[in-house]
Amino acid sequence: MRPGLKFLYHIRLGSVHMYTQALDSCGTEPPSVAPAGEAERERQFQERIDRDEKIEPKDWMPDAYRQTLIRQIAQHAHSEIIGMLPEGNWITRAPSLRRKAVLIAKVQDEGGHGMYLYSAAETLGVSRGELMAQLLAGRAKYSSIFNYPTLTWADIGAIGWLVDGAAIMNQIPLCRCSYGPYARAMVRICKEESFHQRQGYEIMLTLARSGTRAQREMAQDALDRWWWPSLMMFGPSDVESGHTAQSMRWRIKRFTNDELRQKFIDATVPQARFLGLSIPDPDLRWDEASQHYASGPIDWGEFQAVLKGEGPCNRERLAARRAAHESGRWVREAAAAYADKHSDHRTGTGPAPGYAQAS
Amino acid sequence: MNEDWALYEVFIRARSGLEHKHVGSLHAADARMALEHARDTYTRRQEGVSIWVVRSIDILASDPEEAGELFEPARDKVYRHPTFYSIPEEVKNI
Amino acid sequence: MSSAAECTAGAVSAEERFRYLLRLADTSLVLGQRLGEWVGHAPALEEDLALANIALDLFGQARLLLAYAGQVEGRGRDEDQLAFRRDAPEFFNVTLAEQPNGDFGQTIVRQALLDAWQVELYHSLIGSTDEQLANIAAKAMKECRYHWRFSCGWLVRLGDGTEESRARVQAALDGLWRFTGELLTPDALDAHMASHGIAPPLALIRSRWEARLAAALEEATLRQPPPAYFPWHGKRGVHSEHLGHLLTEMQHLQRLHPGATW
Repeated sequence: MRPGLKFLYHIRLGSVHMYTQALDSCGTEPPSVAPAGEAERERQFQERIDRDEKIEPKDWMPDAYRQTLIRQIAQHAHSEIIGMLPEGNWITRAPSLRRKAVLIAKVQDEGGHGMYLYSAAETLGVSRGELMAQLLAGRAKYSSIFNYPTLTWADIGAIGWLVDGAAIMNQIPLCRCSYGPYARAMVRICKEESFHQRQGYEIMLTLARSGTRAQREMAQDALDRWWWPSLMMFGPSDVESGHTAQSMRWRIKRFTNDELRQKFIDATVPQARFLGLSIPDPDLRWDEASQHYASGPIDWGEFQAVLKGEGPCNRERLAARRAAHESGRWVREAAAAYADKHSDHRTGTGPAPGYAQAS
Repeated sequence: MNEDWALYEVFIRARSGLEHKHVGSLHAADARMALEHARDTYTRRQEGVSIWVVRSIDILASDPEEAGELFEPARDKVYRHPTFYSIPEEVKNI
Repeated sequence: MSSAAECTAGAVSAEERFRYLLRLADTSLVLGQRLGEWVGHAPALEEDLALANIALDLFGQARLLLAYAGQVEGRGRDEDQLAFRRDAPEFFNVTLAEQPNGDFGQTIVRQALLDAWQVELYHSLIGSTDEQLANIAAKAMKECRYHWRFSCGWLVRLGDGTEESRARVQAALDGLWRFTGELLTPDALDAHMASHGIAPPLALIRSRWEARLAAALEEATLRQPPPAYFPWHGKRGVHSEHLGHLLTEMQHLQRLHPGATW
């Protein structure tokens, strides 16, 4: 079920230059040459993958497969947790009680999804504590989209519509990923996230179709600011991303970055049109020949800068996570100390804190 | 000082009549906290009517490397299955 | 607005019922708003989820109560008009609910003091002569019991945890205890509601609340602070300085774009 402490792995961090953007395209260094015997195991392993068998935690797996998964799942988990912050920024200011409840539920879901994913990563022998420490030390990557600020209420709509829309495109293929715990976590996540994009689009509809002039402008401004970063969420072009091939061979990844990005554009452009909003891309046009939208070039310079920590909110996001972690330490310590003092609670055989009062 | 909470595995009974099913894990300092965290994390959409939590460290799992000796001996015991036996068609209710 | 003296006798007016409902509604609303500030910043991911769940329950209660209050008032105000277009003196939540989050210990103390109160209050309100209120109370009571389970569990862990946690949570308790008198001391409107069986007598709530708290504090190895003199009157619209800021933030879009839909 879980490798347990015996199998505790010390994970090696990925190279800093690795592209870690697309949630399903985490890179890995090329697998090193396997020692004799290993080669045969790797061949058998690949055969299992090719038969579409799921790999489970205690099964033998190549080290590079394990490292790739740990890195990818951790990035995905971190993205969920950091992703709570830009939207959390509007919980106290949501403009109706219904919107407020929806937003809390959505941000809460993101926390839950982070938990499911850390949980899946932990089956690979790395603890959540270690992963969290890497994030807080600035040594882990997360989706760069969350380093952009939420400046108006329309940004909450745009995030749901575009960012969650892009995330869903990325995530649905992961439900069939070769690693069992990750695939199962993704099934639950995709099921739960199906409301996220819809609620975002509903906000945009209200602002852009039935809103006041100020609200319509707010909606267009949000689309202008979130469009390009959303396209970047799929990661660099396949031509530049050297990691896609191995991940596809392992069935960790099932579509290329460009395929998914194109799918997103094709789905989103008509939705923007329905809202009466314009996509901020002068080169965008329908291409009869390919039956797809052709779009203008993405500013990968900006993408690289944000990845390197130079985005508008990188500092704030990490600072917020660090503050929560630091100011929560005494709480976590107190709970652990209480449990040690009353060690029968750990197994649930003794009285639990406040149990007598909890009725 | 220790601030790492133990890892717990969570099992949920979706509705009465069904067995508890493994759904994931979480961290908690004590068993009751684990139960409450499981409720808050894994039953937000009415996924369950009953929760079990157990410390991950207390689970002993079989080793996939031993799958051969553990599970393959059952393969040729076909006589354990009703279809192994042929009964004339005119015999009913058996 | 009726004066306190006027509401002790006679039938219950719509205005009085409206104001009483707002006490309940605003307490849940303001407390939920405070808990919403935590989401994404809690001591552990699991606690983010727990606090968000409690906030969602509280907003659910607030919405039901505000909708009903609006109906009773009969001026066509819906839940959002009541939540976003009233100023602090027209909010009737108990003053404790609006106190800032502080550290996690202060949030837990505030929560435990209010949860214990809401559990008892809603438990009694299930028997209210006001049927609609009784129905809302039946739903809210179950939620509040879970909230109390959560906050009481944490009160005990923090009280009986480390030196630091005990000191922090005791300080929070000492700081917030002065707001509890308001929860338990009836004013004329409370008494009027009780005399018509709409609400329970607060003396009953007081004895049950005190028993609940005494047992929890004992298990938490915390010291119960002495009663404080200053009487707070949030439930009559006279608040601490904190509510105005909370509302400024909560209401700003609605105020900036009057009449817009969201």
